[in-house]
Amino acid sequence: MSATRLNTGGRIDRSQPLSFTWDGRSYRGFAGDTLASALMANGEVVLGRSFKYHRPRGIMSAGVEESGAIVTLGTGNRAEPNTKATIAELYDGLVASGQNAWPNVRNDVGASLGLFGRFFSAGFYYKTFMGLPPFEWGRGTGLWMQYEKIIRKAAGMGEASRQADPDCYDHVHAFCDVLVVGSGPAGMSAALQAAQQGKDVILVEQDFDLGGDLLNRSDPKSNAIRAELIAALTAAGVRIMTRTTAFGLYDYGTAGLLERVTDHLAVKPDHAPRQRFWTVRAAATILATGALERTVAFENNDRPGVMTANATRSYLNRYGVLPGQNIVLSTNNDSAYDTAGELARAGAKVSLVDLREAIGADLSEQMNAAGVTVQTGLAPLKALGGKAVTGVQLARLQGDTWVAVETLPCDLLLVSAGWSPVVNLLSHRGGKPIWDQDLSCFLPAPCAENVTMAGAAAGHWSTEHCTASGIAAANLAMGQKVGAIAPGGWNTPIKPLYEVRLSGQKTKSFVDPQHDVTSSDIRLAHQEGFVSVEHLKRYTTLGMATDQGKMGNIIGLALMAEALGKDIPAVGTTRFRPPYTPVAIGALAGRNTGSHFKTLRRTPLHDWNLRHGATMTDAGLWHRPWYFARRGESLSEAYIREATTVRESLGICDVSSLGKIAVQGPDASEFLNRIYSNAFAKLAVGKARYGIMLRDDGMVMDDGTTWRLSQNDFLLTTTTTGAGKVMVWLEELLQLRWPELRVHVSSVSDQWAGVSVAGPKTRAAIAACLEDPEAISAENLPFMGVMESRLRGGIKCLIARISFSGELAYEIYVPADLGEAMMDQLWAASEPLGGCLYGLEALGTLRIEKGHVTGAELDGRVTIDDAGLGKMASTKKPFIGSALRQRPELEREDRPQLVGIFPKDHSDSFNGGALLCKPDEISGFGEGWITAVTHSPALGHWIGIGYISGGHDAWQGKSVTATDPVRKGDVMVEIVSPHMFDPKGERMHG
Amino acid sequence: MIRIPCPFCGTRDHSEFAYGGDGAIIYPDLDAPMQDWHDAVFQRENICGRQVETWQHVNGCRMWLLVERDTMTHEIYSVRPAHPDMAQALEVTA
Repeated sequence: MSATRLNTGGRIDRSQPLSFTWDGRSYRGFAGDTLASALMANGEVVLGRSFKYHRPRGIMSAGVEESGAIVTLGTGNRAEPNTKATIAELYDGLVASGQNAWPNVRNDVGASLGLFGRFFSAGFYYKTFMGLPPFEWGRGTGLWMQYEKIIRKAAGMGEASRQADPDCYDHVHAFCDVLVVGSGPAGMSAALQAAQQGKDVILVEQDFDLGGDLLNRSDPKSNAIRAELIAALTAAGVRIMTRTTAFGLYDYGTAGLLERVTDHLAVKPDHAPRQRFWTVRAAATILATGALERTVAFENNDRPGVMTANATRSYLNRYGVLPGQNIVLSTNNDSAYDTAGELARAGAKVSLVDLREAIGADLSEQMNAAGVTVQTGLAPLKALGGKAVTGVQLARLQGDTWVAVETLPCDLLLVSAGWSPVVNLLSHRGGKPIWDQDLSCFLPAPCAENVTMAGAAAGHWSTEHCTASGIAAANLAMGQKVGAIAPGGWNTPIKPLYEVRLSGQKTKSFVDPQHDVTSSDIRLAHQEGFVSVEHLKRYTTLGMATDQGKMGNIIGLALMAEALGKDIPAVGTTRFRPPYTPVAIGALAGRNTGSHFKTLRRTPLHDWNLRHGATMTDAGLWHRPWYFARRGESLSEAYIREATTVRESLGICDVSSLGKIAVQGPDASEFLNRIYSNAFAKLAVGKARYGIMLRDDGMVMDDGTTWRLSQNDFLLTTTTTGAGKVMVWLEELLQLRWPELRVHVSSVSDQWAGVSVAGPKTRAAIAACLEDPEAISAENLPFMGVMESRLRGGIKCLIARISFSGELAYEIYVPADLGEAMMDQLWAASEPLGGCLYGLEALGTLRIEKGHVTGAELDGRVTIDDAGLGKMASTKKPFIGSALRQRPELEREDRPQLVGIFPKDHSDSFNGGALLCKPDEISGFGEGWITAVTHSPALGHWIGIGYISGGHDAWQGKSVTATDPVRKGDVMVEIVSPHMFDPKGERMHG
Repeated sequence: MIRIPCPFCGTRDHSEFAYGGDGAIIYPDLDAPMQDWHDAVFQRENICGRQVETWQHVNGCRMWLLVERDTMTHEIYSVRPAHPDMAQALEVTA
């Protein structure tokens, strides 16, 4: 291959030279080049090494189907492997390098693997190394795990960067009447037709320029058609998106687009995202996605210098590169003749060989005039040469067998074996393409959705037909009746050709060059009993490379059909799946990375907490105070001090994240009575009650207190994590099951700021903040009492005397905006009394000491009895879950039940998550598990709560081991009642 | 991407909705025998084709809807409010 840049012609801008780097060396190209065209113009031939055999590979095409020139773009944290050089737009300063080779793609040590190539057939490594005889007979695949690491290193593609992606990506949503994919003559005509009838049209083109195959033409007529269409589209207000790939088509006219915003820019603007991920919802979709030229399986058909015929037309007419001087073009159809003529007129010596015995007189004349020699009845048998093609041995078909004939020297071997319409996007919608015998390709089947195929994608081969089919597709998409246009457009029919080989010969004839799948592999798969095309695909990896079989699938199907003695439609085709071309993970993630990965929720007291020394922690989506360290305290020192202070004087804790639901209406009381397992019908106004709600299946769903504010007005609180779930559940019950109940529920979680104030000195502190200090006397506000009151300054508040810590405690809620004002008052009153602020860690300590359950214990697999709260469940009324909680399996005595856990040696400690086992039987799932642990200042040692089979009664006085093999090891523990501190609850009633 | 025509909000992406379950299930009374509850909660048909489902427009109007959908093709045949009074009110206003 001795390519030269022409002095004139093409769409490149010779006044804008660009410099770029390939494998560490500097090169020059022009604006409008791709990396492939610029490397070709610089005489580079070997641009890649193959996946398995490390065979040298060069440019095979000029588009997304490229399977040879696969390179890594960029360096460091911007290195992007497995990029096709044929679609990489050149810019000043572009850095690209070869991959899967050492030391480089031109001289690759790994190529020695090719010498053993005949051993490396489909499934070779698995067959050879899995359960390696005789060492692993009947003993599994342990050694394979070791071999696999070495084998994986030998085969492969490029290496992804292990550094974080420095670029940002955007997600964009859009709507339109008609989405047109592809801007060839069909796509542009369709878009124009729809736009001119008043439709809102988006036209998407993966290339950086509009025109599709018109870009590959140099004749004035094609240029005029293109220019006119572009002008008309602009005038008609079509939204045109270049450098944008429609990679997937989904339900209800939804399309996924990837727009490359800055990939082609030498200087990337700071404000722009690298790529945009578009979700477009279109009423109608027109796919004018074109067709891909096929090649043929013959020996060494992957040599650098073997290309598809139409690709050279692109290099010649678009990029101004004559790819070879001495060219052999092999074809079986009419489409390659124009290319042959143009190459000859550009100065190359061109020999055309056509498989067909006879061709049209017009084509013969055209070739004569251009000086192209034509031979018929011939096909390529073997490409000659090592790292570049030097010639081709031809073969002639005699009867059913091929016979080798003459050899032609050449520096470029072009192949055209027909065209495959790009039906990929339609296939995403489940549409199975139909094999057309006459055109020797799959054509799209009609689609039940409003998706229409047009142009070469529907099997129309001429520009005129493509234009007409584009207009027809637009009319059809808009619901108008149109006459059918017959596909095709060649004068002499195509003669199908998939493989050329001498009978019985085993060769390296590549079907899927990207995954090194050969025709022998296909036949081997058949010999070994694979008959389904889906199995064939998975066994040989045919069509599973980054191009999804764009180059090789049809040949593979044809060879399988031949082996099975069937025709191609009987073999069927595999289904294409999104994406059409690879999509960067960064684009899928968009801005949802780092701290934006999940929603962040802050309480109204967030800033106040931070100002007062809070260290925050994640609790679900919430940021909550973890602890308030003083003077260099560690976490442990801080939480132990905080918990101690609460028990001795008082503490204040932000509980705003608890879910709060207003339940209102004449039937609210009846509603609560049905959803809670304990009695609620008789809850008095001004009283709160702790309630547990179950799911239909009898398992615990959530817990919390519900406050009766007036006859028909309740405030229901949920756990922090259960807030959303419970709200959905209540809405479901009211709308679906009990529509007759006159109840309204509304989430008021964000409307209130809430604190828990706990400890023996609490009453004095709160009284100091109230306009009427007597309001919270023990008489006015007894245990579980609720009242509305006012903080000083007239701040309306709700106060409930409820306790999670086991101390005298109150929860105070004020409107969210007044949260800071409440905190200022409470803190001013508490600090002089020796009070403290406390966070989640101390909150956990206090509740573990009391054996109070939270989400760690109520994990969805627990019954109310398991949690030790079975006595609360009413026996006098039915409620949600009351039937199924009585399933025999849920009433077994040996079910895991809530217990407290002490280390045998009180100076010892253990971890949450440890398994509880019999000391002599440390295996399997054990007898139970620890859900939460803390150092208890009240008891002076580590304690935990958890579940163990049969509960406290079954294990009282028995030895138990808490086993934690990967962290702490084994610790001897004793099982105690979960109520480890103040079991009678005297403190909170004080 | 399924697009669901919410009777209150208009057609929206399915990502705004939360799937509930089989909309044909009639839940027994709370005091019904355990067997009835067992059947309602655990016995499910795995329908290939048209089925009535409950969906909630959770990131929209928060209404529970009865959606008649083909589980094979995702085609939606009808959407109506699950609350019978709501359904009736919409019919009257329509």
